[in-house]
Amino acid sequence: MITAAQQLESYLGSFSRLEKQAAWSGLSWWRKLREDAFARFTEVGFPTPHDEDWRFTNVSAIAQTPFQLAGKESGRVSPEDLERWRVPGAACQLVFVNGRFSSELSRTGKLPAGVTASSLAEQFTKDPKVLELHLGRYLDIRRDAFSALNTAFTADGAYVHIPKGVVAGDPIYLLFVSTGNNEPLMTHPRNLIVAEEESQASVVEDYVSLNAGAAFCNTVTELVAGDSSVIAHYMIEREDPQAFNVSTLRIQQGRSANVASHSVLLGGGLVRNNVHPVLAGEGAECLINGLFIGNGRQHLDNYMLVEHASPHCDSRQFYNGILDGRARGVFHGRIVVHKDAQKTDAKQTNRNLLLSDDAQIDTKPQLEIYADDVKCTHGATIGQIEENALFYLRSRGIDEVSARKILLLAFANECLDRMKQDSVRTYLEALMNRHLFQVANSVPVARTDRGEDQGRNWEELG
Amino acid sequence: MSLLEIKNLHVKVESHEILKGINLTVNSGELHSIMGPNGSGKSTLAQVLARRENYLVTAGEILYDGKDLLSLKPEEAAAEGIFMAFQYPVEIPGITNVYFLRSALNAVRKHRALEEMDAMDFLPMFREKMKLLEMDEKLMNRSVNEGFSGGEKKRNEILQMAVLEPKLAILDETDSGLDIDALKIVAKGVNALRSVERSMIVVTHYQRLLNYIVPDFVHVLVNGRIVRSGGPELALELEEKGYVDAERQALAV
Repeated sequence: MITAAQQLESYLGSFSRLEKQAAWSGLSWWRKLREDAFARFTEVGFPTPHDEDWRFTNVSAIAQTPFQLAGKESGRVSPEDLERWRVPGAACQLVFVNGRFSSELSRTGKLPAGVTASSLAEQFTKDPKVLELHLGRYLDIRRDAFSALNTAFTADGAYVHIPKGVVAGDPIYLLFVSTGNNEPLMTHPRNLIVAEEESQASVVEDYVSLNAGAAFCNTVTELVAGDSSVIAHYMIEREDPQAFNVSTLRIQQGRSANVASHSVLLGGGLVRNNVHPVLAGEGAECLINGLFIGNGRQHLDNYMLVEHASPHCDSRQFYNGILDGRARGVFHGRIVVHKDAQKTDAKQTNRNLLLSDDAQIDTKPQLEIYADDVKCTHGATIGQIEENALFYLRSRGIDEVSARKILLLAFANECLDRMKQDSVRTYLEALMNRHLFQVANSVPVARTDRGEDQGRNWEELG
Repeated sequence: MSLLEIKNLHVKVESHEILKGINLTVNSGELHSIMGPNGSGKSTLAQVLARRENYLVTAGEILYDGKDLLSLKPEEAAAEGIFMAFQYPVEIPGITNVYFLRSALNAVRKHRALEEMDAMDFLPMFREKMKLLEMDEKLMNRSVNEGFSGGEKKRNEILQMAVLEPKLAILDETDSGLDIDALKIVAKGVNALRSVERSMIVVTHYQRLLNYIVPDFVHVLVNGRIVRSGGPELALELEEKGYVDAERQALAV
């Protein structure tokens, strides 16, 4: 444990050291922004449960761990290590080791002409002008300390650019590997995805751990969806149970832009998943789809902030949670409809399955409506595996563990079904199949054997 | 040897005694109908046979194919050839009918030491059985029972029976809520599945179904006991006189 003063000193040291070696060190606009961000961070510090937006999530463990900023050569990864995370059918796979792009491990190839998928650090050196148009323009460093911290410590990340009218059919896959270390490392990947007018693409961010150990990944993605673009974004979190992961996806949508954000949270010890779309252009559409599955002592917090800033926009939020063991889940769904955003149609649904008595979910809808002609609905449910359905499956010959898995899969499929039928979905379906089998297996099977002393007694299923 | 022998079966649900000494023997290939008023214990009997676990058997035994049925889990009973068509089939959103049935069939086949069936072999068979029940092929890839009409749900139950090929099928009020056209289709499906190797227990409140599925034996269940047994003519008599006489007899026991 460290004190706040020690921590600040350590962060200040990292902040100054990064300045000397970073790719952007000659760029005054970025230096200004990161100085402001760091000043903001020193001013407010990490949030506490007294902050309304952090009521259900205590990040003191992050604040008290002496995380060191990951350097350029902070971890060794071999190509064989990555085999298990390769996604078939991807247009390219960019690999980031402790937040830094590795060209040796990355695979580029099938990208359509004009499409860029590269390292942000590289882009800072090569052509920072295009970055200046967007980077840091959408993320509000005043919203929370993590956004400020990421901006202050930005070293690398992914830069994806889809030119006007280009359709990038196969997914662009970004793999963030945390190596795990004796010394707890922090990384602050910063991604910028710019999709110009009428373009189409899907981008996957996948967060994994190579080894066990405490690590803190604080990632920010700014996604700019130009007019009439169609973009799918996937966030997969499957790090080590000791990992801390805070991610912020800030989406800026132009006129009639159609964006789908899919989050699948399986791993990590303490996870905060911020999704913040602003429907800035008329007729924009946004799907915010998520699935979080927690076990052990995992804490999975989903914070959605959907801003309707223009008329005739639709937003749909669907989050399903499955919680077992002593896991805790949070769904905070905030919808803000600005004054001029008439004919807004916003819907929010959060459904949860609790598999144990100690699992917990906090779900909180929050609607702020400043326009008068809008349609906003929200709903949340909390339930258990339905005994009727379980018996139905078992009465057809399916054993109890498999029957549980099928029912969990059915619940998870509600989210998977909202994804477009492509290689990412196929990959996630297989991943979910394996993962849910473990979950189903860990649930204590109800006793059906007959005890000597009980005669013909049958215990009721819980 | 008889396929099913129920001896002096007593069953409680939440300290309330529902079945009060049922005796019933079903031989291979026979179709027995169990009739009775609401609350007589018909569905409880069906559920106990399908091994639902929230019933407390306080006395008696059930021998199925010479085995102690009450020691089997629901999935084991199913694998041994017991099938119950549910009165209220359960909706399972997110799982397609075809996935569900192939999983079930393969679970049962595994138990019977048969090879798993892959999609290539399963689909033609499945389509054939759907035709028998005059079911729209679209229902194949829809979620199990989700958004199905009452008739579609009941046909789906018989479809499952056709695929799983049980030795003992229990139809729990399969006729309830069906219009006459749907009833005829269901009955046609059931009749097509009758064979010397398959016994059936048809639980119903009304005689109507038995016009189309003609039983070998009819039993009248009232207040947890079988008060009368006879041939198909008994069903007609009940239709005429109602259960009042039978209930009176039950009280006299």
